[in-house]
Amino acid sequence: MAASGFHPLRFIGRLTLGGLAHIGRLSLLSAELFRGMAEWRIWLPRTITESASVGVGSLFIVLLISAFAGAVTAFQAGYQWQTSLPVYVLGTLITNTIVLELGPVLIGLVLAGRIGARYAAELGTMRVTEQIDALESLGRSPASHLIIPRVLASTLMLPVLVVIADVVAVGFGWIGVKQVLPVTDWDFSYGARYFWRPFDAWYSLIKATAFGWAIGLISCYMGFNTQQGAEGVGKSATAAVVTSSVIILLLNTLLARILLN
Amino acid sequence: MIELRGVRKRFGEQTVLGGVNFDVREGETVALLGPSGSGKSVLLKHINGLLRPDAGSVRVDDLEVPALRREALAALRTKIGYVFQNGALFDSMNVFENIRLGLSDESKYRDLEYSRARVIECLRLVNLTPETQEKYPAQLSGGMRKRVGIARAIAGAPKYLLYDEPTSGLDPVNADVIDDLVVRLDDELGVTSVVVTHDVRGAFRVADRLALLYDATIVLEGTPEEFKQSDDPRVRAFLERDFDPTSFAA
Repeated sequence: MAASGFHPLRFIGRLTLGGLAHIGRLSLLSAELFRGMAEWRIWLPRTITESASVGVGSLFIVLLISAFAGAVTAFQAGYQWQTSLPVYVLGTLITNTIVLELGPVLIGLVLAGRIGARYAAELGTMRVTEQIDALESLGRSPASHLIIPRVLASTLMLPVLVVIADVVAVGFGWIGVKQVLPVTDWDFSYGARYFWRPFDAWYSLIKATAFGWAIGLISCYMGFNTQQGAEGVGKSATAAVVTSSVIILLLNTLLARILLN
Repeated sequence: MIELRGVRKRFGEQTVLGGVNFDVREGETVALLGPSGSGKSVLLKHINGLLRPDAGSVRVDDLEVPALRREALAALRTKIGYVFQNGALFDSMNVFENIRLGLSDESKYRDLEYSRARVIECLRLVNLTPETQEKYPAQLSGGMRKRVGIARAIAGAPKYLLYDEPTSGLDPVNADVIDDLVVRLDDELGVTSVVVTHDVRGAFRVADRLALLYDATIVLEGTPEEFKQSDDPRVRAFLERDFDPTSFAA
């Protein structure tokens, strides 16, 4: 009689094969993406439209989150403040916390939900309703028509949105800290500039670009490989958000280790 | 000429095509019959390379389709118009943009004046008015969506037309309209067509030859008359579900 129940080796084997299949398909999609770059007349106008949609569409949520994040960072800094330190350090603390970490990671995670779910659901629906097959049957490349514009839009727009988020969050942090501690504008401005290195801004932009690329590529991959109707579209959207978020956290750690140490 | 030899395709444990041989000669219309889920659409997707066989040969104009590289396959696909079961129209684009994407020649695609004229011409061929081009797929009825799908498939002036269940989900009147359209397009455009359907009555109206796909193989390929005369119990069972073949004039 065959033994039933959980087989750890079989489970690990399936997991490994599944992982390798994902890596293989993602590599093939990336190769298609690079080949499709030659068709710039097709992807360029679509990228501009898509970028405008991502940028304008995400602006409200980015402004809202960065304003609250900046204010809360200031209030928490006020709560933990030790009077033995000079108050201008608050400018340094809030600015660096936001620019180096909070801005890119928070906006990356929020947009993984907003853009990632949208991309996966759009492409997934196109897959299950045979629109992607239709595009291929017309001799046209899904990479240049559908994937490159989306991946480029998220890669290009995430840094723009993170810059806006950084500025707004620092601004609200500035206003916020003045409500809880006796910090003058001069103190905050001095502290923010005293320890400021131009590389901090580059680091924030590099992270944002990497996160944008990961969100675009993973979400398009998930949507492009959707199976089994409406349920499959739902699964792809969920998988796109979860996987993008995990990859953002991994990239965040990796980039901190490589670029800051 | 389309030639399939020994085509095998499995999805997981299920064998969908078990060594299928199937020919379509220049200028003829062949209806591929079979029950739902018998693999008719899967076979059709092998012809334009949307699916690759596990084994066997798929040749179109003496080109081995599964062996074609990306550019060669894209070039071949411009010669094959494909009409999808539910239209598969791009729902973010209006009818004009949908049909325009069917223009395989990039210089013509970029020529807006030519595109506009060609889209109107294609709409006329499928009995739709020029005003339809401004509508979005969500604003069209099922029959109109199918006709726009056909218009997109013929926009690039293909040599072959593959129809995947062109009348499924339509009422009998609209199904007859589509069948008449298939016949008229074959005559006016001189295309070679493969019509996948489980509508036996429609198949007899449009096809020069018929093929029945059953249990992953083609059990009979022949003229409508040969189908009517067949004693094969699978053929008879399939035909008699839809109509009494003896009631059809030869």
